[in-house]
Parts: sequence; structure tokens; C-alpha cells
Amino acid sequence: MLELIAEIWQTTKRNKLRTSLTGFAVAWGIFMLIVLLGAGNGLLNASNENNNRYVDNSMMIFGGQTSKAYDGLKEGRQVSLDDNDLQVTQSRFKQNIDKAGAIINEGGATITYGENYVSSSLQGVYPMFADVNKTKISAGRFINDIDIRDQRKVLVMPENQARELIPNNAHALLGKTVKVGDMAFTVVGLEQEDKSRMSSDVCVPFTTLKTIYNRGNRVGRIVFSFHGLKSEADNEAFEKRYRATINRQHRAAPDDEESIWIWNRFTQALQMAKGTNIIQTALWIIGLFTLLSGIVGVSNIMLITVRERTREFGIRKAIGASPASILRIIITESVVITGFFGYIGMILGILANLYMDATLGSKPIETGLFTTTVFVNPTVGIGTCVAVTIVLIIAGTIAGLVPALKAARIRPIVALMAE
Amino acid sequence: MIQLKGIHKTYFGAQPLHVLKGIDLDIAEGELVSIMGASGSGKSTLLNILGILDDYDEGDYYLAGTLIKHLSETRAADYRNRMIGFIFQSFNLIAFKTAVENVELPLFYQGVGRRKRHQLAMEELEKMGLTDWATHYPNEMSGGQRQRVAIARALVTHPKIILADEPTGALDSKTGVEVMQLLKKLNSEERITTIIVTHDPNVAAQTNRIIRIKDGVIEE
Ligand SMILES: Nc1ncnc2c1ncn2[C@@H]1O[C@H](COP(=O)(O)OP(=O)(O)O)[C@@H](O)[C@H]1O
Ligand SMILES: [Mg+2]
Repeated sequence: MLELIAEIWQTTKRNKLRTSLTGFAVAWGIFMLIVLLGAGNGLLNASNENNNRYVDNSMMIFGGQTSKAYDGLKEGRQVSLDDNDLQVTQSRFKQNIDKAGAIINEGGATITYGENYVSSSLQGVYPMFADVNKTKISAGRFINDIDIRDQRKVLVMPENQARELIPNNAHALLGKTVKVGDMAFTVVGLEQEDKSRMSSDVCVPFTTLKTIYNRGNRVGRIVFSFHGLKSEADNEAFEKRYRATINRQHRAAPDDEESIWIWNRFTQALQMAKGTNIIQTALWIIGLFTLLSGIVGVSNIMLITVRERTREFGIRKAIGASPASILRIIITESVVITGFFGYIGMILGILANLYMDATLGSKPIETGLFTTTVFVNPTVGIGTCVAVTIVLIIAGTIAGLVPALKAARIRPIVALMAE
Repeated sequence: MIQLKGIHKTYFGAQPLHVLKGIDLDIAEGELVSIMGASGSGKSTLLNILGILDDYDEGDYYLAGTLIKHLSETRAADYRNRMIGFIFQSFNLIAFKTAVENVELPLFYQGVGRRKRHQLAMEELEKMGLTDWATHYPNEMSGGQRQRVAIARALVTHPKIILADEPTGALDSKTGVEVMQLLKKLNSEERITTIIVTHDPNVAAQTNRIIRIKDGVIEE
């Protein structure tokens, strides 16, 4: 093998310019492939990170408007979710639903502590809300079952809002009484702020908010986490069943798809994953096409080499070289050239990715409302490097195949007459 | 050693050219033979057939008792490697390899290890008086030296026959004489069957037997 490499070096030395021009095409192809895949990974990682804020296996249900006339009622009727819907959700789908709760919002609340105040909005929630929304508590606790049962006047506040009330030491607010409008509430927890979403609401017990603001039997949105729905088909079947049940409570057609809205984060994640695959495949295809011009170049240079070396191959055959050994010389040469320049491209591509990571990677972009990252870790893994190596070997073999077969078929007498 | 029976060869070009029209020839082991004939009479064609570089259309060719007919390229390459040493008019050394690397090459195709190969090649160069030139490239050597490298390459595998096509054709007369003396010496000392194609009567005169080709047949 070492001898083969030495021999390749001897022959490529004679065609430095041509070899390096072709090599550049291969290096460029691989460079593009790596940079594209790295940038793609950066985008995908960032969007994954943004999505990870929610628990995958949860659904949120919104009220809507009927789109079909049914049971003597016209279409276009408003459907609002109520206590009965929440109760049905909790009791009739035990097979799949773990915990169900509801959320109601109340905008425009002013919270006062001493001299300071902050304007915020309230949302009445169940304890399970913290799990579904991945709420991070930095001090104290979240709303609990006793809060719900006793309709306690307690609240959990985002840290940044707490800072407005006690500028130097937000955590000091814990346990203090604040005023919401003109009602006294006790601060039982602080929520770690998450810059990637729009300002969070102050959380209070669902039952407290419902009573204070006289919401009657309205529950706003229903939210629940579920299990045992593995595939998209499972989810669709479940959604259909759930929709029919809730629709019946409101005298809407069981198959009316607009009476309530179902936001299934699990199927959304599935579709994201599908999208991710499509993007990655597309990037590979673009990269491979870029590489193709390199392959054609190498193939061409090998053809020229074979023509130039016809006499040499004739001599080799006359003194005992088998066609297979000639084939091997050309293919190895092609693979070595492709591999050598490919690796140069790969290393440059990885360096470019690292540079992207250092400059753009994880850099938050301020949108005014919230911050987000466009690139998270825009690099390729070892797996990609291995795949690229295999691609290079295959590419080199393909590039060398036609020239090699040509060289192997040279008849020694013809070759010896060539000059 | 060599047995030809009714060998025919036609080149199918724009116009078919019937070059060999029934060659019958026996050459015994250890003979030193020359083949003579006018230019275009088919001397090289015959030598190429003997060297398994080319096929023939009709007849039988036995080399050391083996029928050489319709061989695959791989088999032909193997026979050439083990049984035949070639010496060409234009030397046919590989330009980007040194003298010793050129001599090693047939051994490489026999699968001989690197070290052994080098040792055997150096021994062969020493016999040719070229030890000091071992690491030189062909274009750094004179014609006579190149031809001696080519002879070393032909001999390094200890072939059964040496086939030389106008070995002195590209050399001045003095070096030509030296090369001929070398071939004669090898023939008498190592008893290698040697066949030399030439149109130089002085060369032919130094061989033990002269074969003349005319109109595609042998007239001895
Ligand atoms: N590969 C070939 N194709 C067609 N014709 C050929 C080929 N090789 C040789 N010839 C022709 O065959 C004849 C004999 O050639 P050759 O054996 O080389 O003669 P010599 O060596 O005696 O001068 C010549 O007329 C030559 O032109
Ligand atoms: Mg000739």
C-alpha cells in the first residue's frame, strides 16, 4: 500500500497543476457539503431548542365556532369550553389522558407592592400546567392542589416582574403580600424568566381567578398530557374520538372540525421531525451535486493520465502486470486524489462551521418581544464525517472506474507502439 | 523449448494483411537464434506471438511444452512474467522510475517482497556493471546503459527465453557490439534460449542459427 502511495505521488508530481485544479473542485464540493450540513444542523438545533419548551405529549383545546348545522341548530354558533367539558375530559379518556386542567386568562392587572407597581396579566391554572409548560421555579413553589381546593389568593410571578416591585432583590418578594387590583395576594413562587417567549403571565389558582372574575362555568382552554398514542394514526383517532365527545356536549356535529380547536404538540413534533429529515436530505443532495463536478473532474484527469501512460501500461503488461493490477493502480490513484482533497475540504468545512459557531452560534437575536437563537451548535457530527469518508471513497472509485477499465483493456502490443 | 506449427496471422485493418502464412519452427533449449528478413516481412509479428503479446489465427504454439493459445490476459501476463524476458529496440524503461526500480518491477508482479526484490535487482545490475547507476533515472543514462538496464530487467526473473527485437537498432555500432557480446555471454553461461530479430547481418552472424522470413514463410 505504501508503495502504491509512493507511486501515486511519483505520477501526480508530474501533473501538479492539473491535479490541484481538479482537487480544488473535490475540496470545494466537500467543503460545501460540510458547511451546508453544519448550517442546516444549526438551524434545526435552534428550532428544536425552541420547541423543547413544551412537553411533547400534551394537547391544548380551544373553543371555536360550528361550521355545520346539526340537531336543529344553525352553523356559526360559538362554542365555549366549560366545566362539563373539563369533567368529561378528565373522566372519559382515562386510558390516554394523565392529567387534565384548564387555563383562563385575565388581562390588564396592576400589581402593587408598596410604592412600586407593574402591569401584567393573570392566568388561572392547575398545578399540572407547570409540567406541560416546563415552567421553571427559581424560588418558592408553583400553584398546588390545596390552592385550587381552597381558592387561595396566592400567585407565582415571573422574576422580571418581581424585579419591578423590589428592584434589587426580586427573591425578597417571596412570602410578601402584593395587591392585584385591590385584592391582596401572597407571592408563593417566582418563575425563572425565559427570554425566548413573550412575557409570561402571573399564575394564580384556576378556581380563585374563576370566582373573583365571575367566569361562571366557562373554563377558557383545556390542557392535558397524554400517553399511549405513539403514531400519527393513533393521535388522529384519539383526536377524532375526543372531538366527537366534546362536540356532543355542545350539540355540534361530531365530525365538525371547527367547533373546537385541538393543538397537539406531539403530532406537531412528529411533523417537525419529518421536516428535519426532508431538509437534511435536501442538503445532502445539494452537497452531492456540488461534489459531482469534482468527480467528473477527477474522472477526466484520470482519463488523460491513462492516455499519457498508455505506453507505460504496455511495458508493465509485457513484463507481467495483470489487468487487475493496472485497474488497481488507477482506482487507488483516483481514490487517493479524491480522498486527499476531500479531506482538505472537510477540514476547511469543519473550521468554517466552528467559525460560524463562534460568531453566530447561540447568539440571541432580540426581536423586541422575545429573543431567539437562529443557530445552535452549527456543526456536523462524527457520523457525518464517517459518511463523507465513505462518499469520498465511492466517489473516487466511480471517478476512476471508466479510466481504469480503459487502462486495463489496453493491449500490450498496441501500447508499446504508442508514443 | 519452442514449437510452432502452421502459424497464420492476418491483420484486419482497412485492408486485411496476411502477414504470417504458415510458420513451422522448432527452437531447442539454450539455442541462440536470429530472425532476419526485409522490413515489413513479419519479424516483429512473429516475435510478438512468441512473446504472448499478440494472438495468432491458426496453428499451434508450444512454449516449454505448454500450448499457448487463447489465453486470458491475466494468464498471458503471468506466463510472460515467469517464462519470457523482453529486450526492445527502444529499451522501454519506465521514465519516472530509477534503474533499480525498473529492474525490480517484474519481481513486484511476482509478489516478491520489497527487500528481496531490491537485493535481486541489485545483483542483476551488478552483473551488467551498473551498480553505480542503480539510483539514476533512464534519461540520465546513455543508450548502452539503458539497454543493459533493460537486459537486467529481462533476466531478473530467470526466464526460459529471451526475446530481443532489434536490440542494437538504436545503438551506435560500438555499443551494439558490446550488447551483442553480453547476450552471447548470457546465452553460453546461463544457457537461456535467446531469439534476436535483426536486419543487421553482423548481428546475425554472431548467432548459432539464422532464420529467414520471406513472404510470410520461413526459408532457412
Ligand atoms: N497492429 C498492426 N495492424 C495492422 N498492420 C500491422 C500491425 N503491425 C504490423 N502490421 C503490418 O504487418 C506487416 C509486418 O510488420 P512487422 O511484423 O512489424 O514487420 P518487421 O518487424 O519485419 O518489419 C507490416 O506491413 C506492418 O505494416
Ligand atoms: Mg520490426
